[in-house]
Amino acid sequence: MINVLEYLENSAAKYPDKVAFTGTDTSVTFGQMLVNSRIIGSRLIEAGANKEPVVILMHRSPEMIVSFFGVIAAGCYYVPIDEQMPAHRTELIMDQLHARYVITDDVNNPAIPEDATVLCYNDIVSNTGENAICLDALATRRAHAIDKDPIYIVFTSGSTGVPKGVVTNHRCVIDYVEQLTKIIGAGHDSVFGMQSPLYVDACLKEIYSTLKFGATTHIVPTVLFTQPVKLVEFLNEHQVNTVCWVVPALTFISGLKTFKTIVPEYLKTVAFGSEVFPPKQLKVWRETLPEARFINLYGPTEATGMCCHYEVTDKTDPERPVPIGKPFPNKEIFLLNDDGKQVPDGEVGEICIRGISLAPGYFNNPEVTNKAFVQNPLNTLYPDIIYKTGDLGRYNQDGDLEFVSRKDFQIKHMGYRIELGEIEMLTCKVEGVENVCCLYDSEKKKISMFYMGTIDKGQLVSLLKEKLPRYMIPNTVIQLELMPLTAGGKTDRNALKQML
Amino acid sequence: MDDLMNILQELHPDVDFDTETSLIDDKILDSFDIVTLIAEISDTYDVAIPAQDIVPENFNSAQALYALIQRLEEEDD
Repeated sequence: MINVLEYLENSAAKYPDKVAFTGTDTSVTFGQMLVNSRIIGSRLIEAGANKEPVVILMHRSPEMIVSFFGVIAAGCYYVPIDEQMPAHRTELIMDQLHARYVITDDVNNPAIPEDATVLCYNDIVSNTGENAICLDALATRRAHAIDKDPIYIVFTSGSTGVPKGVVTNHRCVIDYVEQLTKIIGAGHDSVFGMQSPLYVDACLKEIYSTLKFGATTHIVPTVLFTQPVKLVEFLNEHQVNTVCWVVPALTFISGLKTFKTIVPEYLKTVAFGSEVFPPKQLKVWRETLPEARFINLYGPTEATGMCCHYEVTDKTDPERPVPIGKPFPNKEIFLLNDDGKQVPDGEVGEICIRGISLAPGYFNNPEVTNKAFVQNPLNTLYPDIIYKTGDLGRYNQDGDLEFVSRKDFQIKHMGYRIELGEIEMLTCKVEGVENVCCLYDSEKKKISMFYMGTIDKGQLVSLLKEKLPRYMIPNTVIQLELMPLTAGGKTDRNALKQML
Repeated sequence: MDDLMNILQELHPDVDFDTETSLIDDKILDSFDIVTLIAEISDTYDVAIPAQDIVPENFNSAQALYALIQRLEEEDD
């Protein structure tokens, strides 16, 4: 296999009328998905798109997923962007991409660059139909495609104040999907309930497992993550048997004592990641679903999603954070010290990853790419790239990897990866702000911002909401007359912690 | 009511909770806010909000949320 379209083509041939994805108002079968993606691909080719990024600015829906495959069919790569992202941040991404084509379901979205060719999903698919498919043009593009061609770019938080785009290719995704689906036990009968947004790599699990096996994914409406009982009702109504969710989404259910009212009766596999599952909450889940498998997944966007897994068993120490376990097959993990040497067993080192599914790097950013993707220091004989995650880990006595902390100020909050530096850089630019520092309390899951300046904190938060996505807005904002400093003149983060 | 307003204002200092009536529908409150609110309300008012009461009708406005707290306090008595 060299192109992910083969997953779609195989499932469309086997199960043309089976529902692949459902959303709030619509659904799509495998057969419709293949046809509609070919319509979009043909339209893109006709418009002149070739081997370039195509921005997808749509609401979270089956149609957005179809658009991904339309872009791939045209020999291009998709860049999914949150349609509710503040215009300022979308512009920062658009400025890097210089994308000539945008697929959208809202042509009035202010984030669409004036000079872009805008393809409206409904106009293309509804108004043109199968006659618009140009099989020859699609086949020509396919004949010139190789597995190292990009498939998508996902933008993550950047410490310099500008989001950075991780480029991933077909080979990365194929390698990832082949291993992941074995680990979570996905199959034809899998019914996924998707919690993830479609503009992050977390959604790969459901999308590609569904396409590989002809399974079904129900996109869980975001609003249900404010209504725990209705959320579980949704899972039961759709007979969801597999979820791959960030930990806060799972603890939202268990922490609010939802299981006293309703239990997700079909759930057989609960894969989770993004942060440590609080042991007490995990216990509640396991006691509620004693027959279900609970699998901890770990990995950065730069390794195409996940690279380590650990299945919770009765032997798992309930008092300690769940280990991140062992590497996926076809991946290798090293723990390196600052000198690039492997640390002895039991000692803490930086988690470094080696394997086929490592991303080629960051879009149009060789400097940052060369810092994170480096020659394997344990091999001086031939080129051999590893990715330095910036995460610190150690092996426990059972030989399982445990996450310890970050080397820098990157955090995981509400399932999102955030550079505190990006929030600080942006806040510093606000008129009336003189100095700013952000801290993260990983136990209370709160971003706290301290600032010096004349601006009122309500006004400041209001301005930040115009520039940052919701999940990056600090949970606590504290105005200071003076920022505490260390003897060396740096912001005294320990003194700030004492103020919380 | 003042205590509840303080809790809400701490969560979203930029929102006018006197007039806002679509806190859930307009996505002003998210799942993180709900979890935080319920913990703070439990500490402040000594009431536990049952999962089935966590619905937009009870969380769309400060007034609706306060009415829920009062109902739960009465049920406790």
